[in-house]
Amino acid sequence: MPDKTILSAKDLDFFYGPAQALRHITANIPANQVTAFIGPSGCGKSTFLRTINRMNDLIPIARVTGSLTFHGRDIYAPGVDVTALRRQIGMVFQKPNPFPMSVYDNVAYGPRTHGTCDRAKLDAIVEDSLRAAAIWDEVKDRLKKSALSLSGGQQQRVCIARALAVRPEVLLMDEATSALDPISTAKIEDLILELRERFTIIMVTHNMQQAARISDKTAFFLMGELIEYTATERLFSMPRDKRTEDYITGRFG
Amino acid sequence: MARMRWPSPRRGLFNAVLRLLLWLSAALTGGLLVAIVCYVCYRGLPGLSWQFLSSAESILQGTAGILPSIFNTLYVIILSLLIVLPLGVGAAVYLTEYARSRRLTAMIEFAAETLAGIPSMIYALVGVILFCTALGLQKTLLAGSLTLAIMTLPTIVRATQESLKTVPKAYREGALGLGAGKWRMIRTVVLPSSVDGIVTGCILAAGRVVGETAVLMYTAGLSTAMQDFSTIQGLMKASGSTLTVALYVYAKERADFAAAFSVATVLLFLTVLINLAASLAGKCLRRG
Ligand SMILES: Nc1ncnc2c1ncn2[C@@H]1O[C@H](COP(=O)(O)OP(=O)(O)OP(=O)(O)O)[C@@H](O)[C@H]1O
Ligand SMILES: [Mg+2]
Repeated sequence: MPDKTILSAKDLDFFYGPAQALRHITANIPANQVTAFIGPSGCGKSTFLRTINRMNDLIPIARVTGSLTFHGRDIYAPGVDVTALRRQIGMVFQKPNPFPMSVYDNVAYGPRTHGTCDRAKLDAIVEDSLRAAAIWDEVKDRLKKSALSLSGGQQQRVCIARALAVRPEVLLMDEATSALDPISTAKIEDLILELRERFTIIMVTHNMQQAARISDKTAFFLMGELIEYTATERLFSMPRDKRTEDYITGRFG
Repeated sequence: MARMRWPSPRRGLFNAVLRLLLWLSAALTGGLLVAIVCYVCYRGLPGLSWQFLSSAESILQGTAGILPSIFNTLYVIILSLLIVLPLGVGAAVYLTEYARSRRLTAMIEFAAETLAGIPSMIYALVGVILFCTALGLQKTLLAGSLTLAIMTLPTIVRATQESLKTVPKAYREGALGLGAGKWRMIRTVVLPSSVDGIVTGCILAAGRVVGETAVLMYTAGLSTAMQDFSTIQGLMKASGSTLTVALYVYAKERADFAAAFSVATVLLFLTVLINLAASLAGKCLRRG
């Protein structure tokens, strides 16, 4: 079965002022699969992830050249509705960042932003999203409590539910489990495997076992370059590039 | 690293003297405060009756009463805050969240800073010329509140800006990442997280309003009679003395020092109340 490409980068360059953080990135990211970005610290994984939902727009000195398309349409074309784009391409951050509101209001934030006010509809979306994020049973009796009172792992799953509530097509996860304990991490990994059916997931991870366990394709970055990008099994069993091999066998990074 | 050794005897003496001086200044500060409070209460409390608090001055019976001034004070606090809040919070949001030009924000911030240091007499003049005369409001509590709103504007702007800056970037990114526009992010996530700073600013502003005399004497009038707060017309036209101005009126014009000290006592309690409210509000909001 040929993969259906949802995101496609071609000769993408990224600059923070004079410093180039991404060099000539060319890659097609398949729909409904889990793609993992690995590489040593500072190699540009987060930068690439944040160019996808234009989170880098917040940085005044940032500059992008080359093309990055979503369903064939250029994300950086003039006149693109960034809020609509971010609705379709959701993001989960490294540190759980629930808003200082109730669990319910956190999850309902996105739908309300996009105009859903009907109470019954919101209730349904909140429940669905919390179930999808495998946290419903733990929070169903405390929906009105502050999300900040939950544990870190629970907070992160609420954040995932919050991202799912706007029904995105793509979910970007930047080291979403790195701040969590092993049990919470395992829960979120299971969750990612389930979500794959309905979403395209792109995750940055420092944990190569994690990439090997749950991703379909893996991309290895080094100093702003995409060194190797292929099926996860292949990348970990017979890397084509010497630098990839050195990295996955732990010889550097 | 080797530990440094000081030549100890001279150091020791120096430290002891310094300590004594510091202790003296602390004691003096505390003592002064206690002395003032005690003296004011000693002179003021005896005259503080229910009748004094709950009625207007009566020339016929020759009794003093500060109920109108209490109402006037509350009215001026509320009205000036109502005017200054949207202005100040709006300006702060613009400056910290929207303004692109660094030079412009620096200039406006410098202007606000300067505004905060101007003697209140100058505000009184501006109030008289601008609000009482040019806008034809005459000596009213409304004109006084408008003037005080300008005077407290820097306080509110500063306090709001400070607390906007402390809102974690993660909240902002979280909201934007869900497709919220900038204004929605500010309204639903950033402003609610900075409420405690804004409330602190309001309480500081209320403190200044309660303490202000010069501005109100010239812009809001000296009357100690009851004003009509029941109609819009009445609210617009109300003119009279707040507590600090009443203090001046009793001390200076009536030469009734007993009443003046009683007003002072009430003002002291009000100040304490405002400060308590400030710390209480701060605590509650930080927890919530
Ligand atoms: N806001 C910024 N301004 C300037 N330079 C930045 C900024 N953010 C990142 N960089 C630089 O861009 C390069 C890539 O950073 P990036 O955060 O994408 O790396 P990363 O692969 O995600 O690293 P890590 O694994 O540590 O998260 C680094 O050299 C970093 O110093
Ligand atoms: Mg990173």
